[in-house]
Amino acid sequence: MSTQLPQQTEDETTTSEVEKESSPPQAPLTDPLSEIETDTEHDDSHEDEDTYVLKVFRYDPEIAAKQEPRFDDFHVPYHKGMTVLDALMYARDNYDSSLTFRHSCRQAICGSDAMFVNGKQRLCCKTQLSDLEEPVRVEPLPHQDVVKDLVVDMEHFYDQMESVEPYFQTDDLPEGELEEQRQSRQNREKVKMSTRCIWCGACMSSCNVAAGNNDYLGPAAINKAYRFTMDEREGDEMKQERLEIIERENGVWRCQTQFSCTDVCPKDIPLTEHIQELKREAVKNNLKFW
Amino acid sequence: MHEHDVIVVGAGGAGLRAAIAAQEEGADVAIVSKLHPVRSHTGAAEGGINAALREGDSWEDHAYDTMKGSDYLGDAPAIETLAQDSPEEVIQLEHWGMAFSRDDDGRVSQRPFGGLSFPRTTYAGAETGHQLLHTMYEQLVKRGIEVYDEWHVLDLAVTDDERPEDRRCHGVVGYDIQSGSIEGFQARNGVILATGGLGQVYDHTTNAVANTGDGVAMAYRAGAPLEDMEFIQFHPTTLPSTGVLITEGVRGEGGILYNDEGERFMYEHGYANNDGELASRDVVSRAELTEVNEGRGIEDEYVHLDMRHLGEDRITDRLENIIHLSADFEGVNPLEEPMPVKPGQHYAMGGIETDENGETCITGLYAAGECACASVHGSNRLGGNALPELIVFGARAGHHAAGRDLGRAEIPTGKRGDWEPGAVDTPVEPGSVRPSGDAVADGGTAAASTAAQSPTGLVERATEEARTHVDSLLANDDGRNHSEIRDAVQSTMTENVNVFREEESLKQAVEDIRNARRAYQNVGVADQSRTFNTDLLHTIETRNIIDLAEAITLGALARDEFRGAHWRKQYQERDDQSWLKHTLLSWNDGSPELWYKPVILEGESKKYEPKIRSY
Repeated sequence: MSTQLPQQTEDETTTSEVEKESSPPQAPLTDPLSEIETDTEHDDSHEDEDTYVLKVFRYDPEIAAKQEPRFDDFHVPYHKGMTVLDALMYARDNYDSSLTFRHSCRQAICGSDAMFVNGKQRLCCKTQLSDLEEPVRVEPLPHQDVVKDLVVDMEHFYDQMESVEPYFQTDDLPEGELEEQRQSRQNREKVKMSTRCIWCGACMSSCNVAAGNNDYLGPAAINKAYRFTMDEREGDEMKQERLEIIERENGVWRCQTQFSCTDVCPKDIPLTEHIQELKREAVKNNLKFW
Repeated sequence: MHEHDVIVVGAGGAGLRAAIAAQEEGADVAIVSKLHPVRSHTGAAEGGINAALREGDSWEDHAYDTMKGSDYLGDAPAIETLAQDSPEEVIQLEHWGMAFSRDDDGRVSQRPFGGLSFPRTTYAGAETGHQLLHTMYEQLVKRGIEVYDEWHVLDLAVTDDERPEDRRCHGVVGYDIQSGSIEGFQARNGVILATGGLGQVYDHTTNAVANTGDGVAMAYRAGAPLEDMEFIQFHPTTLPSTGVLITEGVRGEGGILYNDEGERFMYEHGYANNDGELASRDVVSRAELTEVNEGRGIEDEYVHLDMRHLGEDRITDRLENIIHLSADFEGVNPLEEPMPVKPGQHYAMGGIETDENGETCITGLYAAGECACASVHGSNRLGGNALPELIVFGARAGHHAAGRDLGRAEIPTGKRGDWEPGAVDTPVEPGSVRPSGDAVADGGTAAASTAAQSPTGLVERATEEARTHVDSLLANDDGRNHSEIRDAVQSTMTENVNVFREEESLKQAVEDIRNARRAYQNVGVADQSRTFNTDLLHTIETRNIIDLAEAITLGALARDEFRGAHWRKQYQERDDQSWLKHTLLSWNDGSPELWYKPVILEGESKKYEPKIRSY
């Protein structure tokens, strides 16, 4: 599958095509909504009259005007604390309802809204506009097929995640229905950061190795493997099997320690460190069986 | 058309558990979900899972606390089931590898939570829901359960028998968001709705953008009654600018609430002289708003939640996620400053009426999790009781739908047991704008022409109707945009159907919702693409928001007493004489009908006597 964005150049940028004139939407003669008192303070009374300019990538394979990728400009009124996601939602709800992007929780846990913002993979809901240079350029995650606008095909990412036997396995559960397995606080601490992954795909998109080699497991999947390899509850035999999985041809040894995944991870997971640690474990393990 | 034994709609905690349970029972099961499972809002749950695991605790105490927390509006068979099944479900999660926080002896940690007589809230830092969701999804992958992800369910395929109790659900109609194709899903044994919350009815909510109550609205229009919809939980500690949740665990670990005058108002103004900050959520939310209304709020809007005295080590160990949330979404470092907090919509206690096996009055239609009302939470949910509800009732619904004998349910559904008619005085007619009986044209339930029609024919017909409906929305490309209508509903609900409720405001909301319904008659979809058309998706969701906003408001208007989360200015007492009963609302083909059924206070071996609820 192609892992590249549809071709695009600055020349294709159209400006102010969708900039909103100040005319309100045409109201029918008796507008039922006009009878509802809305909390205008909540909606539009931004004390700060500043606007932010967003340059947003647009593409839709079905719509003639969008089959050639382009950038649209949106001028969004700014308020303190406004995130890139807030700005995209504002643009969609007020200027162009066809503007398309994934989002759900708005609090950096569902992992839906990783995008390429000003040249870096970021989670839009936790990126403050005030931290960015204008115009704010919003593009879909690089190295993945674009479905429409800012939505990319995540199937390859999911396939890699699911290829590392990403589920807990042990043959040694304690006797008794209500007996839990014991796990030391230290061991829980050891795997803690790796369990924070929200499957946003930012790391995979930032990784040069993954960009050049579609079969490479990628940082998120290796981190998932780390989460189980390091979990003492699975036992030594399983750890052995886990190390075999990550040592496969397109496993840990492909990592070139460029740290780009670690740089972009919105959950601060030390991905590169985890990959290196697995390499060390694998070497120790191989020596043991030499 | 797709065919499976069991179809689960939604892939959060309840949906995943239901699917695993159905497969454990040998069923061919598939999940249909508008979000990929790991995107579900279960992942945002922070605090923990109540389960009586330890010596000194018992399921009986958990049940008692829950009944008291419900302000005696929970049904004992559902509450006792929750308390009895929760321990084994929690240990099951541990056996599936969930990364719980641990005590020094290596066992899973538990902490105190509001309204609990024992520290029985099992947790994983302040990210318990995330850990639970991912652990359960891992099990789904392991078992190879099929998921149709980014498929939005448009409607149920239900027979059109006169009485909902005689109807049967044969499947659902799904809309593939990525391709725009609309296809039928036939369920040989049953459909389990696990679509989660409806927080998008309000504009300040901890809920995700996706939480539009789709399953609740769908079941309602298909004839399943909605129960106790007026009971909406407002969580006392949400960040003012975004509604992001700050877990009750902060108060569980010892966090303190202060007003603008630096008073620890929960004690100093006598709201909860025993439990203080750890009183039940409804009590704390009202206290905060009273402080603000009486001029002791900060910036007339919020209060402070201070956890600095807990020390960085303890905070990092048990509440680390809160440091990130407060810094990222409010710009406040809680290690250095108190966090601003105010009440925000958090949870719907009401939902689709089910029994303790998760079954609705429509044969083959189940509901579990937040979209359902068994009822475990009655008029107020205790912190730490939502996650066990997902796994306990998700599992039961899955097992039952796949054929396991769980014994006869004690909770009657539909008008099968005792019930009495109700009435509510509204300024305008609620329900469908179009004449009664035209529910299908209104985007409502798909009914078969004859009850004798084959299940396959029924699903096919429902699919055709959904296609026609979507075509008509797309054809109206210069119609009204859904976001204006949605804003109007959210605005009136937040203004008029909030923590403190007054008769006139509630009536205003009924009128406003009516106007939103009228505006929706001309709703249209500007985006003409079939590919990932979120304009269309949000338009469809907005219809659900309107129906549910109305149901909440009608219940709130009918219930003229103060119980749990429902407070009425003119009726500031709990009225056990008149109101030890559930509010039920039947869509009734577009003319909503209000009725009541009694609360079940008789448990397995004792009766729960309503007492004054103080903390």
